Amino acid sequence: MEDYILEMKGIVRTFPGVRALNGVDLQIKTGRVHGLMGENGAGKSTLMKCLVGINPPDSGEIWLRGKKVTIPNPYTALKLGIAMIYQELNPVLERSVMENIWLGREPMMRGIAGFLVDHKTMYEQTRQLLSELEIDIDPKTKVKELSVAKMQMIEIAKAISYNADIVIMDEPTSALTPNEVKHLFDMIRKLKERNVAVIYITHKMEEIFQIADEVTVLRDGNHIITEPIEKMTIDSLISAMVGRRLTEMFPKMECKIGDVKMSVRHLEVPGLLHDISFDLRKGEILGVAGLVGAGRTELMETLFGLRQKSAGEILIDGKKTDIRTPADAIKAGIGFLTEDRRLNGIIPVLSVKINTIVANLAHYTKFGIFLNHKKIYKDCEEYKERLKIRTPSLEALIQNLSGGNQQKVLVARWLLTNPEILILDEPTRGIDVGAKAEIHTIITKLACEGKSIIMVSSEMPEILGMSDRIMVVSRGQITAVLDRKEADQETIMRYAAAKYNNNQVA
Amino acid sequence: MAQQSNVGKFINKYAIFIVLVVMIVVLSFLSPSFLTAQNLINVLITESGRGILAIGVAFTIISRGIDLSVGSIVSLTSVIAASLVQEPSYSARIFPNLPLLPPIVAVIAGLSAGIIVGVTNGALIAYTAIPPFIATLGSMIIARGLALILTNAYPVPMLRPEFKIIGQGLLGPIPYVVIVFALVAVIAYVILGHTRFGKNVYAIGGNVNAARTSGIKVSKNLIAIYAVSGFCASIAGILITARAASGIATLGNNYELDAIAAATIGGTSHTGGIGTVPGIIAGILILGILNNGLLLLGISPYLQQVIKGVIIVSAVVFDMRKNARQK
Repeated sequence: MEDYILEMKGIVRTFPGVRALNGVDLQIKTGRVHGLMGENGAGKSTLMKCLVGINPPDSGEIWLRGKKVTIPNPYTALKLGIAMIYQELNPVLERSVMENIWLGREPMMRGIAGFLVDHKTMYEQTRQLLSELEIDIDPKTKVKELSVAKMQMIEIAKAISYNADIVIMDEPTSALTPNEVKHLFDMIRKLKERNVAVIYITHKMEEIFQIADEVTVLRDGNHIITEPIEKMTIDSLISAMVGRRLTEMFPKMECKIGDVKMSVRHLEVPGLLHDISFDLRKGEILGVAGLVGAGRTELMETLFGLRQKSAGEILIDGKKTDIRTPADAIKAGIGFLTEDRRLNGIIPVLSVKINTIVANLAHYTKFGIFLNHKKIYKDCEEYKERLKIRTPSLEALIQNLSGGNQQKVLVARWLLTNPEILILDEPTRGIDVGAKAEIHTIITKLACEGKSIIMVSSEMPEILGMSDRIMVVSRGQITAVLDRKEADQETIMRYAAAKYNNNQVA
Repeated sequence: MAQQSNVGKFINKYAIFIVLVVMIVVLSFLSPSFLTAQNLINVLITESGRGILAIGVAFTIISRGIDLSVGSIVSLTSVIAASLVQEPSYSARIFPNLPLLPPIVAVIAGLSAGIIVGVTNGALIAYTAIPPFIATLGSMIIARGLALILTNAYPVPMLRPEFKIIGQGLLGPIPYVVIVFALVAVIAYVILGHTRFGKNVYAIGGNVNAARTSGIKVSKNLIAIYAVSGFCASIAGILITARAASGIATLGNNYELDAIAAATIGGTSHTGGIGTVPGIIAGILILGILNNGLLLLGISPYLQQVIKGVIIVSAVVFDMRKNARQK
């Protein structure tokens, strides 16, 4: 039997309404790069957050160098030699590079001045660290003055500076240019030479095959396989990541697809979107695929007037339509179900009823002032039945509903505005499997009623199962529009990575 | 062009100090009695109490919190300390049978009260996760109530001279209170800029997730931050009481707002992670000089309030624009 520096056994972690980890095992060898793969929501980041004490597991064991440990907070993790680079960057923007790197463990003066931070040593150590890693940044620069890529490099330098035995990197290349990625891989190889174990989370195939020694795949909070990378191919990895059969989950109906409803021409948002053109037809579900950060959500926000375009035009029913604010968009018949229910969608402390009508209050007033409660009640009841919203009553607070039912309330909200174009951004994220199928049924029914639907999703099966056509976005550009019949997982992945690959190390 | 933007940067960075200097220059021309040593020392005496308060409150604001209880801590400290150093000959003492205590006992008792309220604030915020505004609003009202209960709302007069000298004594031409203010400022400057605790305060306010993932024990630091604020408030309470020669249960009413205003004018950002001691000092001096100057010019005290309000809001608008532009 081999010696592992780290073993995680039967890790379970639940969040309200979701069982994120379902008894996951993970074994890591010292001096190796261990790739951790899986779709969005598979539980990769959650598993690592269990390990570093941000979300300690509900049950399960962590063994470190043959000893059982509990890690209740990040402080303990760092003490035990586990450092992590987080996917969401975590700098203190207003402070300098060196203060960020040494936060919580600043070098101190000696002797009676031992309570003072030794800025000189701090500066020297930072300079040394950065030059070792060939990062050209002055340690005294305020972090907020750096580009996102530079911030990412600083986070990497910081993780390395802990001299940890285990370094976790959660999608570290999301903001890096190809050269910087190469640079990062050199650093990782140096870490390996120092016998550090690196856990590398990514969904980029080519990176895994370049850098990983072993790979573990998670799916829906379960451990699927762990294999040496030589034994894996792109196909076997993808099928391990996706797993389930597509047809069971997606009750798609074939509906009549009509004329062009909306045309987007040469849309431009500086730094985010470039030359976006596409058509959307009546009765059509247009799936939008792409990697996280590719600009899908930004594109939807632009269509809905939450972001300003610098060039290009939007035609609805062949007429040029000027959309500058969400109010313009709603008037033009567009509804937008946002990506993050909690952040942008529901008003948690208000009732299901109010949450249903809030985008549409003007239609429920008498003399433009008083609310017409009878009409509100009637419409809410109607949609509650139609969408099968399970709530104890219309007066119940929406925060007490399950994720799936919250999402249905939001769908109802937008249907009440009677949109002809409905934009759904990650409509089933964080929703359990049964509710997903119900939402999918609603979506396909709406399409058959003649509505035009744009559905952004990071879940391949959902994209493949629901869409009539699939538009792939890569780095702010459209790289492909695929027909339902010609699309498969691999093709989409290839187009999604296209703009990242072009100038990447081959 | 580069030259110009450098000038712009300089003005942005030192705006608050430039405003202070301009005010001093203008007032010197307008009123001959403004720029005299005695008048300036008077300004410092008047503002030293609130200045210390502002420095303490700034710790909480930098950590992205607030401390509304500091005014009440001044009151509570005032009556506790005063009640322990009343003249034995005075017939209506709070503690009629109290033996003659050294004044240091009164000082320690007063400071302890401040620290206890501060630690309670910090613990509430750290462990129950209620917003700092609410936690310290509650303790503000409680501390004020305690001060009134202890004194039955009567003043606590006839303090012994050994205690009063803290507020009234001079070292050369400079009053003790001003020296204490300066000491507190220097110590706070060192703590914020040159100790681990100081770095933690900025990190917690700037990005609490970053602090946590860097292994900083956020809860313990929050308790320390609010303890510092309570401690500073009780120092101010002792100084003001000794100078006024009487303990008063309503002494610190509204002081918390002055302190928050001074810290804010001095560039301490309520979005957290930003603030310096020199800025806060400039903030308190601007308010003090404004009060003093308007008084010398014979401008109505009611109009002074209006002007003060305008300045506070303008300072924050300016700061937000400055910070936004840098992003």
